[in-house]
Amino acid sequence: MNAPLAGYNFAYLDEATKRMLRRTILKAVAVPGHQIPFGAREMPLPYGWGTGGIQVTAAILGPADTLKVIDQGADDTTNAISIRRFFTRVAGVATTERTEEATIIQTRHRIPEAALREDQILVYQVPQPEPLSKLEPRRAETKRLHALADYGLMHVRLYEDIARLGHIAKAYDYPVMVNGRYLMSPSPIPAFDNPKMHRMAALQLFGAGREKRIYAIPPYTEVRSLDFEDHPFRPIRAPQACALCGSRESYLDEVITDDRGGRVFVCSDTDYCGTRVAAQKGVA
Amino acid sequence: MLTPGFADPVLHAQAAFRAVLDAMSRPGRVQLAGPGLAPPAPLMRASAAVLLSLADAATPVWHDAGADADAWLRFHAGAPVATTPRDAAFVLATGAPPTLAALDAGTEEEPERGATLLIQVEAIEEGTGLRLTGPGIEHEHRLLVRGLPDGFVAAWAANRALFPRGVDVILCAWDRLAALPRTVAIAEG
Repeated sequence: MNAPLAGYNFAYLDEATKRMLRRTILKAVAVPGHQIPFGAREMPLPYGWGTGGIQVTAAILGPADTLKVIDQGADDTTNAISIRRFFTRVAGVATTERTEEATIIQTRHRIPEAALREDQILVYQVPQPEPLSKLEPRRAETKRLHALADYGLMHVRLYEDIARLGHIAKAYDYPVMVNGRYLMSPSPIPAFDNPKMHRMAALQLFGAGREKRIYAIPPYTEVRSLDFEDHPFRPIRAPQACALCGSRESYLDEVITDDRGGRVFVCSDTDYCGTRVAAQKGVA
Repeated sequence: MLTPGFADPVLHAQAAFRAVLDAMSRPGRVQLAGPGLAPPAPLMRASAAVLLSLADAATPVWHDAGADADAWLRFHAGAPVATTPRDAAFVLATGAPPTLAALDAGTEEEPERGATLLIQVEAIEEGTGLRLTGPGIEHEHRLLVRGLPDGFVAAWAANRALFPRGVDVILCAWDRLAALPRTVAIAEG
């Protein structure tokens, strides 16, 4: 453990703020999928950079934890490196890029390819926690719709896609039903990742800083992507194999390589890809 | 004389919270909380640790633990004392607890306002006893509770039927605790 920066409380936030966050997180676990408002604090980075996820991580983090942060699956992007460095400085916790070594994984818009375990917690950064926001902009109204479990609006929106395009045209932030009760935004993860949320062994916590909402999915909880009997949910994946590790199972990013239409597909999960490449080199 | 609270208010509160978070996300699994605490009787270490890590000026607490415990909680947690159980965010029962229906269950729009009830019992043990199912439980967890109030299982079924409204329970036995979030179904084994 590194010595944390002097002059800051452990994990940056003051204790009263942590208590407020902790009470909110516990109630979020007790009511799976229900968004709970909380008093989001100003953090030393702008909204949209993961302030909600950071506050949730700060509230649960302890000196024995090992933290991994990914941004669209990658450990080596600016956002992920900044957040890891932030917690190294203010909490002195160990960080890692290996999914299996982490006890807390903060993520922006991906779920790691490796199956998570019971002793891990996945913290999502959420830009817009309200799945109905584009259909009903009034907060007071969406709150009532959730209370009544009235999700017809979302079904109609998905149906309209099918009527116009022949399929549900939502590749990310694909709405899910949690524990058969609450409609929930999975945050902008690819629809490809939705099935991983279903009965995941790890606890999943969601923090939206600008929108000031926290919600959660306890382990082993039903998470169903909305669909229709004759148009079942299908996770979408580019049909290629990863150009680096050859995986045909992982989620791929398309990378443009020149201005003449050249492109390659590589794994979005850098740890998954790197581990496979290292194993292949070891064998060769 | 007043005994101390957490020796390290920051890290011990974090450890107690993680114990409660683990307990709440895996109902029926027993966690340890509050080692080293010496709260006045009849407060137990686990219940004292839960209140010290979660209660403060924003959360009215109701309890039946008497004057010593009252002074201890007021000093260390700084929580206002509620006059009736219904007004409290945290309810601590060292003796016969108030009925679940007597506590704040929140509203349909804001179920998070439902109270947290801490019940001090004689012993809790994993492996036998009540059969628990629901979110957080892969197949079934079993929890043996000695000293559970009479009629609790029936009252719990009524509480669970209120979902998403409802009361969440934390069972405390000395330095052990297990949680029953409102989603959990309890069957007598």
